[in-house]
Parts: sequence; C-alpha cells; structure tokens
Amino acid sequence: MAFMKRHETLERHSLLLTIGILVVVAIGGLVEIAPLFYLDNTIEKVQGMRPYTPLELKGRNIYMREGCYVCHSQMVRPLRDEVERYGHYSLAAESMYDHPFQWGSKRTGPDLARVGGKYSDEWHVDHLTEPKSVVPDSVMPPYAFLKKKKLRFDDIEDHLKTLRMAGVPYTDDMIANAKADLVAQASPGADYDAEDALVARYEAASGRQGSVKVSDFDRNPGEPTEMDALIAYLQMTGTLVDFSTYEADDLNNRR
Amino acid sequence: MTDHKPDIDEVSGVETTGHSWDGIKELNTPLPRWWLFVLYSTIVWAVIYMIFMPAIPALPGMGGTNTPGLRHHSDRALVAQDIDKLHADRKAASTKLLGASLTQIENDLELQQFALAMGESAFGDNCATCHGAGGRGAKGYPVLADDVWLWDGTLGGIETTLRHGIRHTEDPLTRMNAMPAFGRDGLLTGNQIDDLVQYVLNVSGREADAAAVSRAAPIFAQQCVVCHGADAKGNRALGAPNLTDRDWLFGGEPRDIQQTIFNARNAHMPAWQGRLDDATIKSLAVYVHSLGGGE
Repeated sequence: MAFMKRHETLERHSLLLTIGILVVVAIGGLVEIAPLFYLDNTIEKVQGMRPYTPLELKGRNIYMREGCYVCHSQMVRPLRDEVERYGHYSLAAESMYDHPFQWGSKRTGPDLARVGGKYSDEWHVDHLTEPKSVVPDSVMPPYAFLKKKKLRFDDIEDHLKTLRMAGVPYTDDMIANAKADLVAQASPGADYDAEDALVARYEAASGRQGSVKVSDFDRNPGEPTEMDALIAYLQMTGTLVDFSTYEADDLNNRR
Repeated sequence: MTDHKPDIDEVSGVETTGHSWDGIKELNTPLPRWWLFVLYSTIVWAVIYMIFMPAIPALPGMGGTNTPGLRHHSDRALVAQDIDKLHADRKAASTKLLGASLTQIENDLELQQFALAMGESAFGDNCATCHGAGGRGAKGYPVLADDVWLWDGTLGGIETTLRHGIRHTEDPLTRMNAMPAFGRDGLLTGNQIDDLVQYVLNVSGREADAAAVSRAAPIFAQQCVVCHGADAKGNRALGAPNLTDRDWLFGGEPRDIQQTIFNARNAHMPAWQGRLDDATIKSLAVYVHSLGGGE
C-alpha cells in the first residue's frame, strides 16, 4: 500500500520522525490545554477568594516542606459520600492562588480541603504535637518540633513578590506590610492597629467579612513559631469561598 | 527510499526490513491482528464518546463553552441530584425529628433509631476527633459519655452547644466565659496560687496542707466564688466546673491545678451551625444525650 510506504519514509528518517512526533504532541497539547485559558466554564466565578496572608503562606510552605500532601489530599470530589463527609466539593477557583496546588490523590489521612474551622486551635496543637493523644489509632508522625522552631520570615516580601509575578494579586500595600501582617495575625491583642490593618487589607481583597482569623494559634504567646503558621494555614483552608453566593446551577459552573 | 523489492525470509516466509547485519536480517513482522483491532476500537470509541459526552472545546470567541454531548453529562449536576435524593429520602424522618421533644423521641422507636444512626455517623466524622470514639474524651476534651456537664446536659442544651460552639467568638450566641490567667497576668502571686491549689485539693476531698487552705480561703472567696460558687460546686450557666468532684478535664494533680490557675484554661469548640444541617445537629444532640449522661 502506498500509504504504508509513506509511513515507512517517516520511520526511516530520524529527523522527520522527531518533527512528526513534535507536531502530534503539539496538536494534543493545543486542543487539551489551550481552551482551559479562555473557556468560560473553566474559569469559575466565585466570591471570597483572596491571596493568602503572609502567615498562612508561610504555613503553606511548611505544609509542603513537611510533605503533608503525601498522605493528605485537598480535593473534595463531586461524589455524594465525600460531600456528606467533608462539605461542598472543591472548586477549581479555590486553588487559584495555589502555587503549586495541593490536590493530591493519596489519602492515608483524611482530606484537608475543608478542615478550616472544623477543629479548635488547641486541637491542632495537641494533634500536631502527638496525633495519638487525640486520635488513638492515628498513624501520623508527631510534629512537636514545629512548636519550638521560630518562624523565619525575613524573606516574606520576596515570597509575595514572586507569587505576584505568577499572577497572585498581592498589592504593594500587602507586600510593604508583609512582616507586620505576619506578626499581627499570630499575636492578638498585641497591636490592635496592626491587627485591624491586616484584617482590612485582606478582607478588602476577599470582599467578605470574617475571612481573616487572628489568633495565637500555637497557644504560646511570643514570637510566631512554625506551629502558628501551619495552624493559621489549616484553619483557613476551604473557608474562603462564599458558597451562599455560588451558583452551582449556573451553566458556566457546570461540568 | 523508493521502491524496495520485498525481501522474503526463506525460513519463516515473512518480509524482512531489507537491512542486513553480518548476514542477519531483521523480520518485518506485521502487528498482530488483535492488537490492531484494539487500536482501531479505541479510535472508534473516542468518536462515540465525543458524540455522547462533553468533549470538543469551542474556538476562542465562539461561545466560550464546549459541546455538551447528547447526554449533557455533568458530574456536578449528578452529585447535586444524589444529595437532593438523599435529603428527600430523609425528609420525612428529619422533619419529624426537628419538631420532636426528648420524650417524643424516646417514645418513638423508629424516630429514635433514625436519630441515633444519623448521629453516630456524624459523630464519627466530626466529633470523635476531639471527644473520642463513643465520647470517651481526652485530656482537655470533655467526656460526653458521663453525667458531668460543664454547660448543659439537657437535649436542648446540647443542641445549643453544638449550634453555637463554646468560646467560638465568630458566633454571637456562643457559650462564652473566660477564666483569667491569675499567674501569667499577675493577678495573684506564686505563693497565693500554691495556697489555692491546696484549697482545691481540700474541697475535692483530698489531703491538703491545712495552713495553706486557711490562707487561701479569702483569696478563693474574692477571686473564684463568682464562677465556681462558694461551695466550689461550679456553675453551669457560666461553664464553671465543679471543683469538688473527681472529674478533671485538664488533670487533677497539684501540678495540673497549679497550671490551670496560673495560665487559665479556656477550651474552644467550633460552632457547627452552617457546617452541618439542622437535622444532623439535632440527631447529634440525641446521640450525645444517649451516650450515658443526658438529662
């Protein structure tokens, strides 16, 4: 067959074969990836998402450093049992400021996409210090050392700037006040002006009240520790989007 | 690379590639038929899939969506349907449960079983993490299976606690009271706290230093009576624990009590209203009430 012979031409010329492979892969990529950037129904409209506060961002970095994603997913799938257990299924928009996202697929521990606000700060401290003290059959290793490690945040402005380059809408104001914001979120009552400024800055970005939690997360007043940061992050996960205004039936939000 | 004359291998009768290495030729064996069949089937399947399922994205500026496919499949619509069906299945019993009083639930076996089954599974998902399986509790997390209640052990009281939480400042109706950190905030000296520890040991029926107890009596009357009462039996309206019994949420050893007075203990329980629906909260209240200490 002449057709088969032409195929042989490709097979016998390595350069031609390489170009052929590139063309085929490029078509696949173009068709599968490019539309995600312009299709209305892959760009959800939600209210409440805001960039992470400096303390939450630091906590998120600790979450990644300690490899929490190895055992915990952050993705409630649209299945009845998952929605019943964890809450509303995860939306793509909820990870819009994640670089990288922490969806995961391995659940040695439970999903953490909606763990924010589910337990008290004290519980998180007890649980991270010694998981078996509150969940006797837990196989999670203890992270007690986080309590003792002072949070290193001299580079926090650079983290915010870098993320802004990647598309996270941190304002100049947020970057300039990053250190003050970080300290304020973990030290309630220490400086009310700094606290109010932090809450105002990030609530303005969220367009929603009550989306910034100020607390002495590790229940140990003083300089912020890594425990403060990690719990601040966990207490925020999954709480930002205002589901009372989310219209799942909107054609653009269906898939 | 023009026309090759097919070169047939003598032994197998199969065409060769025409290449020869040290006199050895490579067979150009055609792909097995079954393999080709699978390959072509997947291509046919892809076409069928594209017709029935959402698949082909529109070009930029052409509606901003993709072809819906004949089945108009949507995972999100399906899960919404599933949840609606679940709620519809439960609706009759849920409605009955929401309006029912404790006696009504206790007298209606079917309703009671419904509430307990739903409460037990919701408890496992949401509450056992702190309060332990079956409400056995842990240090700092109250036992729910006994008759010692910090706030309110009635069905309605448990439901209020579940709805609004304890010291959950985001909820204006939360159960609120805070013990001062007498030592950390400098309200009492270290010696006064040590005396108070002896006083607490004494009222809880244990051996204590009599001199210290008498020194602490006026301090107790001044600082502690407001919440814990003159008889130290606590006050549920304020969530102040009874100090005369043997139940200690944060430990009853002298060292624990000293810590409690020095730094205060103000445990926090999140509000569940909004996170769980009304029927689930009511069933949780029924379940917790049934664990052993319901009033």
